[in-house]
Amino acid sequence: MAETGTMARPHSDTIPAPAKIPVALIVNGTRKQLKVAPWTTLLDALRDHLDLTGTKKGCDHGQCGACTVLVDGRRVNSCLTLAVMKDGAEVTTIEGLAKDGALHPLQQAFIDHDAFQCGYCTPGQICSAAGMIAEGKAKTPDEIRELMSGNICRCAAYPNIVAAIQQAMGK
Amino acid sequence: MINFQYARANDVSDAVRQIAADPGAKFIAGGTNLIDLMKEEVERPTRLIDISRLPLKTVEDTGDGGLRIGALVPNSDLAWNPAIEQRYPLLSSAILAGASAQLRNMASTGGNLLQRTRCYYFYDTATPCNKREPGSGCSAINGVNRMHAVLGTSEACIAVHPSDMCVALAALEAKVHVAGPSGERTIAFADFHRLPGDTPQRDSNLGADEIIVAVELPPRGFAANYSYLKIRDRLSYAFALVSVAAALELDGDSIKDARLALGGVAHKPWRDPEAEAALRGQAANPATFEHAAGVLLRDAKGFAHNTFKIDLAHRTIVRALTQAAKGTPQSQSDKKIR
Repeated sequence: MAETGTMARPHSDTIPAPAKIPVALIVNGTRKQLKVAPWTTLLDALRDHLDLTGTKKGCDHGQCGACTVLVDGRRVNSCLTLAVMKDGAEVTTIEGLAKDGALHPLQQAFIDHDAFQCGYCTPGQICSAAGMIAEGKAKTPDEIRELMSGNICRCAAYPNIVAAIQQAMGK
Repeated sequence: MINFQYARANDVSDAVRQIAADPGAKFIAGGTNLIDLMKEEVERPTRLIDISRLPLKTVEDTGDGGLRIGALVPNSDLAWNPAIEQRYPLLSSAILAGASAQLRNMASTGGNLLQRTRCYYFYDTATPCNKREPGSGCSAINGVNRMHAVLGTSEACIAVHPSDMCVALAALEAKVHVAGPSGERTIAFADFHRLPGDTPQRDSNLGADEIIVAVELPPRGFAANYSYLKIRDRLSYAFALVSVAAALELDGDSIKDARLALGGVAHKPWRDPEAEAALRGQAANPATFEHAAGVLLRDAKGFAHNTFKIDLAHRTIVRALTQAAKGTPQSQSDKKIR
């Protein structure tokens, strides 16, 4: 059995640069064919390759939730997701929530309740809330707060965010 | 992140073949910890082998009353699996106490076992760390060590294992099924993670050429009397300062059997047969719980900033056992500790 642990540290320049890898993503209902380096995160693929800059880069370490998108209907941190691993997946971003020119109920509710100040965390908050509603586990305000805890709002619009989500849930 | 190659594994034996062929390779499943560590250049694999498409995503009855959890079952699916909620609510509760909903959607069962410490010196490549660079020294022992271990430490490392799920798995005496070049083997949960000793670079006894394929839960789930109580600096989405998995089997007011595991205090989930023996056969009352807490913490030793964890752990053990005995487990959404 080989030993685990820290390996000898190779330098990047000793590893041949890998060829870019073809990846197909169905983004907001449209099939997109990309060629990305293996280290390209889904977040960077969306923002830099597909010009979908609604999804925000906050901490880039999975701690703030600003990058939250839906992959095959589940909310994930796109900053910790490699695009190559999601070949064939359906991705929904904030740009894909409105339908036929009408805001998604969560978007409307965030406006109605003034559920933001600077707005930087808002796309992630709304995608996360859409994922949470689909999960069907949050019913009370306590449960909403707990299951939305992966989305940080440094303007602290939390009370209005919870109220907006409750409105969208029909409560 | 450094330059790396990407490959997919077709099946478990292909995964084992690929990892054995390249000492610079690592498996990736959920990636929640590995990608983060790669961004910090703490982990520098030259090849990632994507195992996320392998068929290890089911929770199945073992036939003897237990459950076999595929290594790629996401943490969120496991926490909300009806059989887990009904028969192993301690495990469900512990999972929901950890991370965020997004991360639990991504993180796999096997990956949760293999997540690495959040010691800030381990993450900071500008500082010495024996876990990251064996022989370079431990920055935490004489540094800022508020989050660090109080049990099972060594002169080489005082890091803690960060998982909540693993604390429940330790209490439930899960088994870890792994596959390697010479076939499958089973590791008892208590033997899976290691104490740091003089090899803190090794978190677990999984070989570098092995893959976790499943985690098995034995039949006893302690579903009637349990609690997972986690104490942290904010009420959600933070690592434990101290956590307690408590499980009791009661006969009236008397304790027939007990399991007790601590998180946030050691390099592995901390259990001690003597502490559980101190509960067995005794009345389920505060005096018994205080005594057992003292036994479990008898060798605890604090450092400059974390001595508070010893008192905190003592009180958390007593409270978790009280909740378990009353059949009122800690809620993971209403955070009021009753």
